[in-house]
Amino acid sequence: MKLTKTLLATTALTVAGASAHAQDMADSMTLVSWGGAYQESQHKAYVEPYLAMNGGVTATWDESSAEAVAKLRAMNEAGNITWDLVDVVASDAMRLCDEGLAMEIDHDELLAPAPDGTPASEDFGDLIVSDCFIPQIVYSTTFGYRTDMVPAGTEPPSSVCDVFDLETYPGKRSLQKRPIDNMEWALYCDGVEKDDIYDVLSTDEGVDRALAKLGTIKDQVVWWSAGAETPQLLADGEVFMGSTFNGRLFSAIAEQDQPIGMLWDMQSFDLDGWIVPTGLSEDRLARVLDFLRFATDTQRLADQAKYISYGPARASSAPLVGQHATLGIDMAPHMPTDPANAGNIHIYDYEWWADNRDDLDAKFQAWLAQ
Amino acid sequence: MTVTIIQPKPISFVAPVVGIAGAFAGLFVGTAQGSALIGVIGGFVLTAALAFLWLTVLRNERIARWVTTLGMAAAGYLTGGLMGGLVGLIFGWLFGWFIFWLGEGRYRAKLPPYTTPMQVFLHFGFRVLCGLIFFFLITPIVVVMPLSFNAQDFFTFTPEMLRLDPEGYSLKHYRDFFTNSDWQQAMWNSLSIAPMATFLSVSFGTLAAIGLSSEHVPFRRAIMAILISPMIVPLIISAAGMYFFYSRLGLQGTYWGVVLAHAALGIPFVIITVTATLVGFDRSLTRAAANMGANPVTTFFRVQMPLILPGVISGGLFAFITSFDEVVVVLFVGSAGQKTLPWQMFIGLREQISPTILAVATILVTLSILLLSTVELLRRRSERLRGLSPG
Repeated sequence: MKLTKTLLATTALTVAGASAHAQDMADSMTLVSWGGAYQESQHKAYVEPYLAMNGGVTATWDESSAEAVAKLRAMNEAGNITWDLVDVVASDAMRLCDEGLAMEIDHDELLAPAPDGTPASEDFGDLIVSDCFIPQIVYSTTFGYRTDMVPAGTEPPSSVCDVFDLETYPGKRSLQKRPIDNMEWALYCDGVEKDDIYDVLSTDEGVDRALAKLGTIKDQVVWWSAGAETPQLLADGEVFMGSTFNGRLFSAIAEQDQPIGMLWDMQSFDLDGWIVPTGLSEDRLARVLDFLRFATDTQRLADQAKYISYGPARASSAPLVGQHATLGIDMAPHMPTDPANAGNIHIYDYEWWADNRDDLDAKFQAWLAQ
Repeated sequence: MTVTIIQPKPISFVAPVVGIAGAFAGLFVGTAQGSALIGVIGGFVLTAALAFLWLTVLRNERIARWVTTLGMAAAGYLTGGLMGGLVGLIFGWLFGWFIFWLGEGRYRAKLPPYTTPMQVFLHFGFRVLCGLIFFFLITPIVVVMPLSFNAQDFFTFTPEMLRLDPEGYSLKHYRDFFTNSDWQQAMWNSLSIAPMATFLSVSFGTLAAIGLSSEHVPFRRAIMAILISPMIVPLIISAAGMYFFYSRLGLQGTYWGVVLAHAALGIPFVIITVTATLVGFDRSLTRAAANMGANPVTTFFRVQMPLILPGVISGGLFAFITSFDEVVVVLFVGSAGQKTLPWQMFIGLREQISPTILAVATILVTLSILLLSTVELLRRRSERLRGLSPG
């Protein structure tokens, strides 16, 4: 499995990848990301050191990744691209690439090789899911639960199927308001083999079967749409367990000391990375590419893991992952890619969802409204 | 029929009415403890029984009210700690007073003796309804304030907060607001955009209102309708339109772009308030000024402007608040460099539910209250000075 290949890579020294042609580069950049702790980690790991090296350059953050596709379309139509580098999830990068709104990248030419000389395309491996996409992190959607709300005399939940077990673990659950992941978890817990999930889901009976399984807990589900909601609901004790991004759970548990436990079973892997919008002027493009080469090198990706528990996308970064910047705890065991956590993972099929998303969204929404 | 204003009421009337009020209070206590239904029933039974006990068995008001207040406070303290005790104290005092106010018929004291029971009912029913509406409007704003002093990073009343433990409270979200560069930049942007947008809307809006109020302007109504349209067209449509228009002009993502967009949104408010004040303006005054040799500019600043100033100021206040509160248009027309406070709050709410937003909201609410009270006090002062009110 190449996704976990990141764990097996060898250690080596870093080479700073920045090459300077300062005279013909723009001196400001607008970077687009998701806000919150994630953007903060990018700022600390990539932007602060880059600005320190390049005096006179300024970087502005725009927290608009959630509507990146729509906004880039509007910018393209208005002929006024105000963003220089955009952080998006892999599926959005594929859409933007197909629509010609993101620039195709030669990864080996534009990105720094690994310290041992491995070309970037090999270092990132099959995380490069699109020609426009420069992966940064591997994150996962997984479950957290209130440790103090586990019924007395019961073991805490250990399997994703405990979400569907209302008898042993009564209480509300929070799930993301979309079919992705939820349908797969439902089928898996209904007895479908992991390898057959997408085959079953391709049939109408399979979709009905997944919805029927979700239907068994429907009246106990709080549906969320923003990543901050599940940690808030867990902290309030409004739900017993809920799905969210693993970094959010890490923050609630390790940084906020909430009585929350974490399930890694059937965690759903996903990727997040940069795209460069098409249509940038030459000086802005030169600045962005210079920054990009620096921000995606082995050391910078490893540095980001000091601030947030998302796995660096380069294989060569994994051995460099150190301790949390303020708490001083080892970050490796909190990474979704850690062998102890990645025992039973779910890799969601981008291509299958790209083909079936619209259809299943409609069915899912209709089911929700019933 | 004898004129009996204050006389004891039958217990068959008092007990159910007190019970209904008790059920309402019980609804909140019950919801907080997990079961609204038990709260409602318990509240009804408890308060109705109290009314019966105090009004028929022990008719000593002083003792009865003390017992109710202290008893409820003790019960509250035993179930809910310090906070519960406080709530119990307030409820106990309130119900002790309510039982005797109702039971002794004191509620008729301020009403004319000839009012029928129906009129009395409507009188107090109306007040209760007003109180409920007020409660409904104010509660969401008030709840935000204690939460902004939360020691945790969640929108949660923690057990420490409910126990009134100082550990549960902190000023860290206020510190975050005043030290975090994102929030400071956002505040600075808001404070530099809103006054400029207000200035432009007031200038253009006042001129437009004066022009449109003179009779010889052709197509007055059509022009007025166009100028007011930003108020009527859904904001998101204006925003999308401005985005594409300003992009072509190179104004999108600039300070002046946002200022112009906000000025366009503020102008209708100024036009409406100034037009309303101009209705009471005597046109012969401008003719008199002209007769005495003043040119139109002097006439405007020396004669017309001072008289319509209240309308101009309130229009300006609306324009300022529109710009200061606006999030949709700035999301389109602004770029990350023009991130205003509402924009920053919107991001914070979507991406990380952080109580810093609540701290900002509390500061803004306090500022608005201060601002509006100041304006109101100044208005009263000027009215008093002009002898318009007895003050």
